[in-house]
Amino acid sequence: MSFAILFVLVPIGAIVAWWLSQQRLMAKPWLEVGAIDEVPDTGASSLPAAVIGLGVFLAVVSSLFALFVSAYFMRMQVADWVQLPAPKLLWFNTGALILSSAALQYAHVAARRGGIEGVRDGLIFGGLFALTFLAGQLLAWRQLNATGYFLAANPGNAFFYLFTGVHGLHLLGGLVALGMTAGKVWRGFEVNQVRLSVRLCAVYWHFLLALWLVLFSLLTPWVGDFAIICRGLLI
Amino acid sequence: MVDIAIGAAGAIPPAEVKDVELYHPKSWLTKYVFCQDAKVIAIQYSITALSIGLVALVLSWLMRLQLAFPSTFSFIGPGEYLQFITIHGMIMVIYLLTALFLGGFGNYLIPLMVGARDMVFPYVNMLSYWVYLLAVLVLVASFFMPGGPTGAGWTLYPPQAILSGTPGQQWGIVLMLASLILFIIGFTMGGLNYVVTVLQARTRGMTLMRMPLTVWGILTATVLALLAFPALFVGCVMLLFDRVLGTSFFVPAIVEMGEHLKYSGGSPLMFQHLFWFFGHPEVYIVAVPAFGIVSDLISTHARKNIFGYRMMVWAIVAIGALSFIVWAHHMYVSGMNPYFGFFFATTTLIIAIPTAIKVYNWVLTLWRGNIHLTVPMLFALSFIVTFVNGGLTGLFLGNVVVDVPLSDTMFVVAHFHMVMGMAPIFVIFGGIYHWYPKVTGRMLNEPLGKFHFWVTFLGAYSIYFPMHYLGLLGVPRRYFELGETAFIPQSAMSLNIFITVAALTVGFAQMVFLINLIWSLFNGKPAGSNPWRATTLEWQTPETPPGHGNWGKELPVVYRWAYDYSVPGAAQDFIPQNQPAVVRAA
Repeated sequence: MSFAILFVLVPIGAIVAWWLSQQRLMAKPWLEVGAIDEVPDTGASSLPAAVIGLGVFLAVVSSLFALFVSAYFMRMQVADWVQLPAPKLLWFNTGALILSSAALQYAHVAARRGGIEGVRDGLIFGGLFALTFLAGQLLAWRQLNATGYFLAANPGNAFFYLFTGVHGLHLLGGLVALGMTAGKVWRGFEVNQVRLSVRLCAVYWHFLLALWLVLFSLLTPWVGDFAIICRGLLI
Repeated sequence: MVDIAIGAAGAIPPAEVKDVELYHPKSWLTKYVFCQDAKVIAIQYSITALSIGLVALVLSWLMRLQLAFPSTFSFIGPGEYLQFITIHGMIMVIYLLTALFLGGFGNYLIPLMVGARDMVFPYVNMLSYWVYLLAVLVLVASFFMPGGPTGAGWTLYPPQAILSGTPGQQWGIVLMLASLILFIIGFTMGGLNYVVTVLQARTRGMTLMRMPLTVWGILTATVLALLAFPALFVGCVMLLFDRVLGTSFFVPAIVEMGEHLKYSGGSPLMFQHLFWFFGHPEVYIVAVPAFGIVSDLISTHARKNIFGYRMMVWAIVAIGALSFIVWAHHMYVSGMNPYFGFFFATTTLIIAIPTAIKVYNWVLTLWRGNIHLTVPMLFALSFIVTFVNGGLTGLFLGNVVVDVPLSDTMFVVAHFHMVMGMAPIFVIFGGIYHWYPKVTGRMLNEPLGKFHFWVTFLGAYSIYFPMHYLGLLGVPRRYFELGETAFIPQSAMSLNIFITVAALTVGFAQMVFLINLIWSLFNGKPAGSNPWRATTLEWQTPETPPGHGNWGKELPVVYRWAYDYSVPGAAQDFIPQNQPAVVRAA
């Protein structure tokens, strides 16, 4: 539980505390009666409600995965734990997810600049790369199954299937939203009618990418190698 | 995405909302069944929660009958008894209390109290109810499956929850876990609405510190629930994997009926951590909305401003934050490190500080108030008394050395029924008597209400006070029958009969309440728009019950806090929140 508390609930608590500190909690409302034209600001954010809603939802998802990861660390300490050799395919999948996220960022930037063609291309490629990622994940499952790493054989395997599965379901949910947005573009909506939806999709995609990178680094024993490769590239 | 209009100025929503932006029901089906109006969703939530609550009530009667008259009822065996316990607890905590406070009261009161036309995401809000209903139906379905519902106890501790000695091992546990997963998904949809509506859809002038405490309570509880329910979700998903797919997350190597099972190495303690990481905030998910509602009831019916409003807000937030670091006090007997126990005992006792602040403030609000002993007020007062009683036994159980011997006795049953069973239920009743006139336009019958109150209140004490004594004697909880033991005297058996008679009486008093709800719908005294002469916005709607979009053409504007009762020099003993200062001076 310490993982969940330290890395997710403390930051969320800090955000809530910071937000509360901006809300005049020291006010004495019983002394502050307004006259007819004297209406104070409510302190609501100028962001659209949907953006705030997505932010709250991402906090919930963070809490969910932090607790999964907490369970992972707790279960890891038992002697029967065997780390699963993560299939090489995952590197390809990760690349696809990064491209997907980049495509949606492209769509987001295009939407801000008012180019509907850019939005359309970004959405299509974002969707295709995301589907590639999901197909790759399924293929990784099949490879593992074929080599005898069954779900119930070891908790290491079970967590691998669990993490990839729950992450994949979240991406699938995102694809529904993406599909609806793409449908709007297809039906000829103006760019300012889809700008918000594209923005929400892009934020969600970046979040899922970051989440995947965390999960991937936990699942793969070669995460140390990655750092070495990066250093190699830099020199 | 459906947005309530946020004006060009950003923070201040415009007074008029273009009609196009609101949700319009087009047919009978979308007006009353698949409706996106928060008020209808609230009523749907409430009716569903109360209906499934009735099932749990009947289950408690069956348990009490068995405890009072062992080996009398042929249809109650040990397995059935455990199933009744499990489903009773699960329904009451999650499907009744959580759903009713947040889905019922939250949906009805948040938009009206903050001056919004509806929730910010009405479609998601509608989905939330239908997923909740599905969760309830899945739970009910487990009664009709081979083997019946699960009898694992509401905590669903593995490994016993999924082993063959436990009733409902075949289907019951699977459906239970599936139902909880659905409930959490449905709740998250609703919870997003409650939080974002409070944050973004407040009307002009409604600063956070002008919100009624009911809204503060529901907001805080929703935030707790959004962050804590994922722990239950994780536990349920992994337990479902263990049961259905044969993984070993929680189940260690184990021999069942002389046979080695395929599990190995799982950690049952890990489930307990996950469960109580949800389970303790859950207590406050139920209690904090009750704190908020009771503050408003007391202030309104004592015609006095709430004492220490700021303290009340801070205390609600502090209790919410603390509730995340006390979970292991439910696990003192799990064999934890004593230093760990010491830490959790300390944090647990610290919660007494903000809680005591709230109790003092309620009492000081009553001090020299103009107390009207209406039915909502009676229930609010009974909440304070009951919550203090239950809280005091919490001080016993929060200490490791006292908890260890009492942990598996009826003392714990008495404690949590007082503090998170009866106390929040009293607030729910108080809230229903208070807001029913707004929901239906008619008053509930007062003599029937007073009858309901006195039988429920005195009955509840007849049930749970003696139970503390049974617990101190060492009478164990969860036992199908006590049999012959040296330490349980015959008088304890007589006490059990007394408790059962009281429980049945209280149960039947709830039928009077239900009859009152239905009878008053048609025959109640017309309420008018503001029968309690209250200040908060929901009583200032142009129509009662509030119409489509809540506020007619223009949203109300808020000029003052929610507790201007008995202001010296004012014409009336209350000043509504939407009344500006100049009008009073003129």
